Amino acid sequence: MNNKKPSNARSIIAHVTLIILSFMCLFFFYILLINSTRSHAELQKGFSALPSSHFMENFRAVANDGTFPMLRGIVNSLIVSGCCAAICTYFSALTAYGLYAYRFKLKNAAFTFIMMILVMPTQVTAMGFLRLITKMGMYDTLWPLIIPSIASPAVFYFMYSYLQSSLPLALVEAARIDGSGEFHTFNRIVLPIMKPAIAVQAIFTFVGSWNNYFVPALVLQSKDKMTVPILIATLRGADYMNFDMGKIYMMITVAIVPIIVVYLFLSKFIIAGVTLGGVKE
Amino acid sequence: MKKRVLSLLLVALMTASLLVGCGGSSGSSSGGGSSAETAAPIDAPEGKIINIYSWNTEFQTRVEAVYDKVDHTSDDGTITYLTDGAEIHWIINPNTDGVYQNKLDEALLRQSSAATDEKVDMFLSETDYVVKYTDADVNVAIPLTTLGIDPATDLKDQYDFTKVVASDANGVQRGSTWQGCPCLLVYRRDIANDVFGTDDPDEIAAICGDWSKMKDAAAQLKAKGYFTFASYADTFRSYGNSISAPWVTGTTLTVDPRIMEWISDSKEWVDAGYLDKTIKGQWNDDWNKSMSSKSKVFAFMFPAWGIDFVLTPNWDGPAGSWGVTTGPQAFNWGGSFIHGCVGTDNPEHVKEIILALTANADNMTKITREYTEFTNNRPVMNSFATDESFGTEFLGGENPFKYFGPAAEGIQMTTLSPYDQGCVELIQNSFGDYLQGLVDFDKAKSNFEIAIKERYPDLTEIVWPS
Amino acid sequence: MDDKKQQKSISYAKWGYIFILPFFICFFIFSFIPLLDTIRYSFYEYYRSGLKEVGPNFVGLGNYIALLKSDLLKYAGNTFILWMIGFVPQIVIALILAAWFTDARLKIHGEQFFKVVIYLPNLIMASAFAMLFFTMFSNAGPVNSILQSLGWIKAPIDFMGSVGGTRSLVGLMNFLMWFGNTSIMLMAAIMGISPELFEAASLDGCNHTQIFFKITLPLIRPILSYTLITSLIGGLQMFDVPQILTNGQGSPDRTSYTLIMFLNSHLKASNYGMAGALSVYLFIVSGILCFIVYRMMNDDGEKKPKRNKKEAVK
Repeated sequence: MNNKKPSNARSIIAHVTLIILSFMCLFFFYILLINSTRSHAELQKGFSALPSSHFMENFRAVANDGTFPMLRGIVNSLIVSGCCAAICTYFSALTAYGLYAYRFKLKNAAFTFIMMILVMPTQVTAMGFLRLITKMGMYDTLWPLIIPSIASPAVFYFMYSYLQSSLPLALVEAARIDGSGEFHTFNRIVLPIMKPAIAVQAIFTFVGSWNNYFVPALVLQSKDKMTVPILIATLRGADYMNFDMGKIYMMITVAIVPIIVVYLFLSKFIIAGVTLGGVKE
Repeated sequence: MKKRVLSLLLVALMTASLLVGCGGSSGSSSGGGSSAETAAPIDAPEGKIINIYSWNTEFQTRVEAVYDKVDHTSDDGTITYLTDGAEIHWIINPNTDGVYQNKLDEALLRQSSAATDEKVDMFLSETDYVVKYTDADVNVAIPLTTLGIDPATDLKDQYDFTKVVASDANGVQRGSTWQGCPCLLVYRRDIANDVFGTDDPDEIAAICGDWSKMKDAAAQLKAKGYFTFASYADTFRSYGNSISAPWVTGTTLTVDPRIMEWISDSKEWVDAGYLDKTIKGQWNDDWNKSMSSKSKVFAFMFPAWGIDFVLTPNWDGPAGSWGVTTGPQAFNWGGSFIHGCVGTDNPEHVKEIILALTANADNMTKITREYTEFTNNRPVMNSFATDESFGTEFLGGENPFKYFGPAAEGIQMTTLSPYDQGCVELIQNSFGDYLQGLVDFDKAKSNFEIAIKERYPDLTEIVWPS
Repeated sequence: MDDKKQQKSISYAKWGYIFILPFFICFFIFSFIPLLDTIRYSFYEYYRSGLKEVGPNFVGLGNYIALLKSDLLKYAGNTFILWMIGFVPQIVIALILAAWFTDARLKIHGEQFFKVVIYLPNLIMASAFAMLFFTMFSNAGPVNSILQSLGWIKAPIDFMGSVGGTRSLVGLMNFLMWFGNTSIMLMAAIMGISPELFEAASLDGCNHTQIFFKITLPLIRPILSYTLITSLIGGLQMFDVPQILTNGQGSPDRTSYTLIMFLNSHLKASNYGMAGALSVYLFIVSGILCFIVYRMMNDDGEKKPKRNKKEAVK
């Protein structure tokens, strides 16, 4: 009895807080959706909480414009973000495992080094980066957007922290005794254990890469290589004659759908991770 | 080995075209006659690919509409095929965050080492930064005479101010435009009737004819609860276009007394309630809403494009509610310039395109009809001005060209400097805080100094008028 | 025991190198070489004026000194304030949410739904989000008209026209964008804790506050320090939100002007020398901050989780 009462109050507080937070989160999606149904003229006039009737019109304006490669842009973004998420999480996990499970001379030096570069803002190296990839012949390709994600100190650090709290080294030893090779151990034993961490970081990396404007704007040039944020910037930079806020909101809306799908898909894995952890209960 | 020969050839070609460029700029002072000869040494065959850098497709649509060699454009809009087998490749980068100029600058710096088909052949610039590219020392925009265009004869119908803007410090014209953007006073007829008892354009012009009259009118408007203009930014260009000397000479930035007048006048107007203090500059939500029927703002100063693409979509009342007339001061707002790029392997095409767009009266008539643009051709504009049948529905049948033409004649542009874009943008931002009463005058001054030196590290001194 | 371990690990040492090799190769090529460029140019006067290149002329520490004389510290202060406004509520809410979601005794209806929703704002591009915010909080925007129609305020609040208003909006946006992210990460960390621990604790009569502070918090320390560090770095690198919300000016009076906006304006001016020097400063400062945080979080935290784990195994 004593136990139940405060737990009820807590439950109410929890629900109210969550509802308010969710409302704030969803509200922006609602506005976005509403705005994508309104014409440029209506948008210029100001805000409205009710949808208008220009959804299809805006959609056609974005999708059917031959000069505006919406689909191509989404495909490019999917390729870049997908590859980034995959190689970034894999190599970060690999690096984290390498530093966590093995003892070698440069281990501490390597760890300190990564922690140091963790703090480096992208902008710091932007100009040199651009010069370098131009020399390497990768200007105006998707490679410079993908390959550098192998070295993601922040993701590494997350993986490392996760390993610290959830991978007992005894497990690795046991695998060795069973005759498992090192790579095999990593791929078959360690990776599955890290699934929740990988899913979490895969989402973050995917989203980060999907919404990245800075580097693609430096690197990309031709229309068929443009990613979604560049396309949106193109719309926003359109001249006064083609400037159409309805189109911009529609493009933002369209651009969000794929990441929401990926997110919902990956969030299942996180939840799977939860149930795995709670099996013993 | 083959590669080396090729690159040697390219270098030779480059030097040749560079020499031609230099020859042109010195030759132009001696008059148009010699220009054809200076252009002649380009004996390299005309290339097949014309790369045009722009920040949007506006220029592309104009070229497709009037250049007679256009055959068709690819579905994705990136390549326009010409009937003579050449191709125009459109390289469009958004203006957002300065991406367009960054990319163009990178390409221009690579120009000498780029393969002929990858060289920039033409590029566009806007009034605010046209001088960055027409600068004689930089020498990236080909003087028109070098291309075989004589500004004095071929472009005789253009408005003088557009030629001044596109010329370098020695008076050599290095670009040409098909647009002119004279601004008019666009006013609400209902408010005019309420306050002045008339909405007749000529009478309103008499009431608002110059800045001192405008101020009296503002007091009358205020008495009835109206704002004269929306924001202090709305009046900036009318002051900023008539400064007595360029913003920057050498490495010294001199703030013109005219700019100081804008600041003191704006402060006076804001404090008197003639301007809406809560509207912070242009292109934002509040500004858009100040053009709606619920707004208390009497007038805006817009060029043709402003009326069609800014005011019209923001207005929610009946058509015919707005009128246009001559404002307190003639000034220019906007305009895109076309330049041939030094190092191009397509000088003939470049010349043709510039002539087709900026010198051909029929083409310009077509552009005005199709896009209601104010084109850079005096006779064409004059004929539109007297064309009684030409009226816009939005203005209740009034023909704005009746006032645009004279406004264009009245525009005096001083020589610009390559720093104008930053100066114009940053002075408005820094003093915006001051006008809204957020910082004092000296703080705004020092904020401007900090910001402008960040943008242009080579500026050594900033002089304020005493 | 110790001996045996060492011997074993020595034989596997090369695998350690192999596993971390791709990371380092990639870093070396794509970050280190450009970084050297940046550092080198920081000692030069090197910028572009229009299309004319000035420099590189060696100026020694000239750029560094010039920066110290500028408003650098003010911008650092701005950055810190903006970060705090967003971060404090973010970490508090995230911790509470993570605790609630992982508390088996607290049945939350629609838990799944809430978990999914809190992360959603992070999916929108920061620039698009700032655009929406701009519209929402403009003088004639919906927030003002709602407040007015409720009769709470008479004249519209000029959010973007005041220091506090702009800063709060930036903070609010950062909070909304990142609290879900942090909650998920902390949740993942809490899920890594053996459930038996919680069971044991509640059998011992601990209430949830005690469990949270005595068990959860110490055990998720590595992830918590990760959150703190990454958020600190994210804060130092704060850029697009204030940039778009204030049109790149940090207005009013540059009070929302952040360090990276400062860096960006140098990059925009193609001032590689200054940008380089500023980058080096940023690099050093963030390095020191992270070192302090890391030390603070891990020095005494290192042993605790291990001891707890052993207890759990027992």
